[in-house]
Amino acid sequence: MFVVSGLLFVLRAGKMVWVFTGMENGALLEIVDVSRHFDAFVALDKVSLHIKAGEFFTLLGPSGCGKTTLLRLIAGFDQPDGGDILLNGKSIIAVPPEDRPLHTIFQNYALFPHMTVAENIAFPLRMARVSKQDIRTRVAEALEDVRLPDKGSQYPDALSGGQKQRIAIARALVNRPRLLLLDEPLSALDAKLREQMQIELIDLQKDIGITFIYVTHDQGEALALSHRIAVMDHGRIVQVDEPTRLYGYPGSRFVADFIGKCNLLDGKVSEQQGGRVTVELDGLGSVYVCGMESQFAVGSRCALTLRPEKIRISRSSAIPGASDNLSAPSDPSPLSSFDGESHFPGYVHDMLYLGDVTVYNVTLANGVLLETLLANSASGRANFFEIGDQVDVAWSCDAGHLVLD
Amino acid sequence: MLKTVQGKVWSKYLLSLPPMAYLLIFFAAPTMIMLFASFRYPGEYGGLAPWLVQDGGQWTLDLTLENWQRLFGTDIYLRLFVKSIGYAVSTTLICMFMAYPLALMIARSGRKSRDLLLLLVILPFWSNFLVRIYAWMIIFSPVGALTRILNGVLDLFGAGPVTLMYSPTAMIVCLVYVHLPFMVLPLYANLEKHDPYLLDAAQDLGAGKWRRFWLITWPLSLPGITAGSILVFIPVLGMFAIPDLLGGTDGIMIGNVIKQQFMESRDWPFGSVLSMVLTVAAVVVVLLGSRLSRQRAGMGGS
Repeated sequence: MFVVSGLLFVLRAGKMVWVFTGMENGALLEIVDVSRHFDAFVALDKVSLHIKAGEFFTLLGPSGCGKTTLLRLIAGFDQPDGGDILLNGKSIIAVPPEDRPLHTIFQNYALFPHMTVAENIAFPLRMARVSKQDIRTRVAEALEDVRLPDKGSQYPDALSGGQKQRIAIARALVNRPRLLLLDEPLSALDAKLREQMQIELIDLQKDIGITFIYVTHDQGEALALSHRIAVMDHGRIVQVDEPTRLYGYPGSRFVADFIGKCNLLDGKVSEQQGGRVTVELDGLGSVYVCGMESQFAVGSRCALTLRPEKIRISRSSAIPGASDNLSAPSDPSPLSSFDGESHFPGYVHDMLYLGDVTVYNVTLANGVLLETLLANSASGRANFFEIGDQVDVAWSCDAGHLVLD
Repeated sequence: MLKTVQGKVWSKYLLSLPPMAYLLIFFAAPTMIMLFASFRYPGEYGGLAPWLVQDGGQWTLDLTLENWQRLFGTDIYLRLFVKSIGYAVSTTLICMFMAYPLALMIARSGRKSRDLLLLLVILPFWSNFLVRIYAWMIIFSPVGALTRILNGVLDLFGAGPVTLMYSPTAMIVCLVYVHLPFMVLPLYANLEKHDPYLLDAAQDLGAGKWRRFWLITWPLSLPGITAGSILVFIPVLGMFAIPDLLGGTDGIMIGNVIKQQFMESRDWPFGSVLSMVLTVAAVVVVLLGSRLSRQRAGMGGS
């Protein structure tokens, strides 16, 4: 496969054919207002997406959010009730799955148990009526690519989970599809192997340059792998963004809560000066939030999203006896000091030792539990604080991000 | 620790003891007795003559190869065997062609309708085998509605009247009818276990409807077909009731001859010879079948 001035040359049915790749920034796959209902259940509600050529795109969401339904629509196993799916600008709705130039990696790999590994990989080439000689060389190449050159004559049953995964990938890529759909392909692997396969997938996608559409409910996996992520919930796309933007600037409570760990502090917008928003946090007092790009109406309800690792926790400077008035909400903490930091007192409610870090859940004056992280030192010292200790929590004004209710 | 491990091994043997004993007493021993009987002389009024006779104070074995010589002395029995195998093969093939779409449909239908359809498949077992064959005799009877309608239609085209009763057609129809569930059930059990994602994957990789069937469903169903074929082929090979009732004079099969030897001719040794041949044929078919399905189960298209 190679590209010459917008023309993509691909091998199909044993012959070299070319496909117009479209404009540089044009979408390879366009999903336009696609809906799918199962009786009264709305699996997909007017979903629209643009996926660029060469992109590693992830559909992320909890189970039942419609991500697998969308993948099956793209693959052609299911038909949308409304909307259109375009590949290179042409609708593929009427094209049966066997004729769509895209392949799927199934959750259970779906390797044919009665065929050897080599026969499995040869399958799509046989279907495309590639000559026997070409099949042999290309299967050998594909086995080299997934670093299992001597497994060709074995049956899938004799392979480990990770090997099956690689063979499934080799089979799906051997006749160079335009698009590879991956349906939670790593969910059957153990944690160590999964991490290793994630790295392999990233390298593979970079090397071959084929567009990947990846479905997962694992937000960590999505962040690690993707160029862009579409977060889905209840059949709708909630936010489409790059991993760093999605993590740092969640657009809604749902996204903030679903992607990574996040504290949500409820409050009300009281003032905005440029990018600096003053928020009155319920029962805590006012804080500055800076770096906000959008305009917030004064008085609107909102939530401050704070990642645990962005919060600093330190031993309280207050004398122990002062803890009595901690729980008093009538004692509003002063507005963030001039350095832009917000400080609040609290006490350690519980803690979780996780090896590299320790999680301290801190109860604030308004009763809200704030999750904080502290990296443990190499010397093995872990317990900086004990349960019940008076602590100060602090974050800088650009640590948090505001989402409107 | 060692004790419990040994205990486990012991209990394993203990568990397999009853079936082993059963097979030894009711299968292996009778087969040996039958093999031995095939070398003995028939008794004067049926049964078997003593195999050890006292001849002037001397005990001598009274065994013979006559029975086996009789088998190979003429081609009558060979032809009967060939004919029986012909019936068994055609019944098996027809059952296969009829059962496959049915089993596939049941395996791919919804849970509720699947149970109902399976029930319908085994429903005939609720009435007696002989009663069901008698029912076919009524259907095929020369004065029955089917024969009359058929002959009425044939008459329109100037074709002569036909009889359905006592014909190979009647035999085959009834043999297929009786044995169809034995093909459907193992096939269904096999097809139902197929991973539907395999067909999705095949389609995704470019296989159309027919190639999905011939390259995925069919090869994966071969163990089911083998099991069903064995369950149909072997009983049909030794069948005597259906040819007795529906076959007429020409429809005789090897099972009828064996029955004759034991019941009417009272020639147990020769009946044993024929039975031995039938048993060997059955064992050969089972061995071939299991080898075939084992090979196919782990084999691709190479």
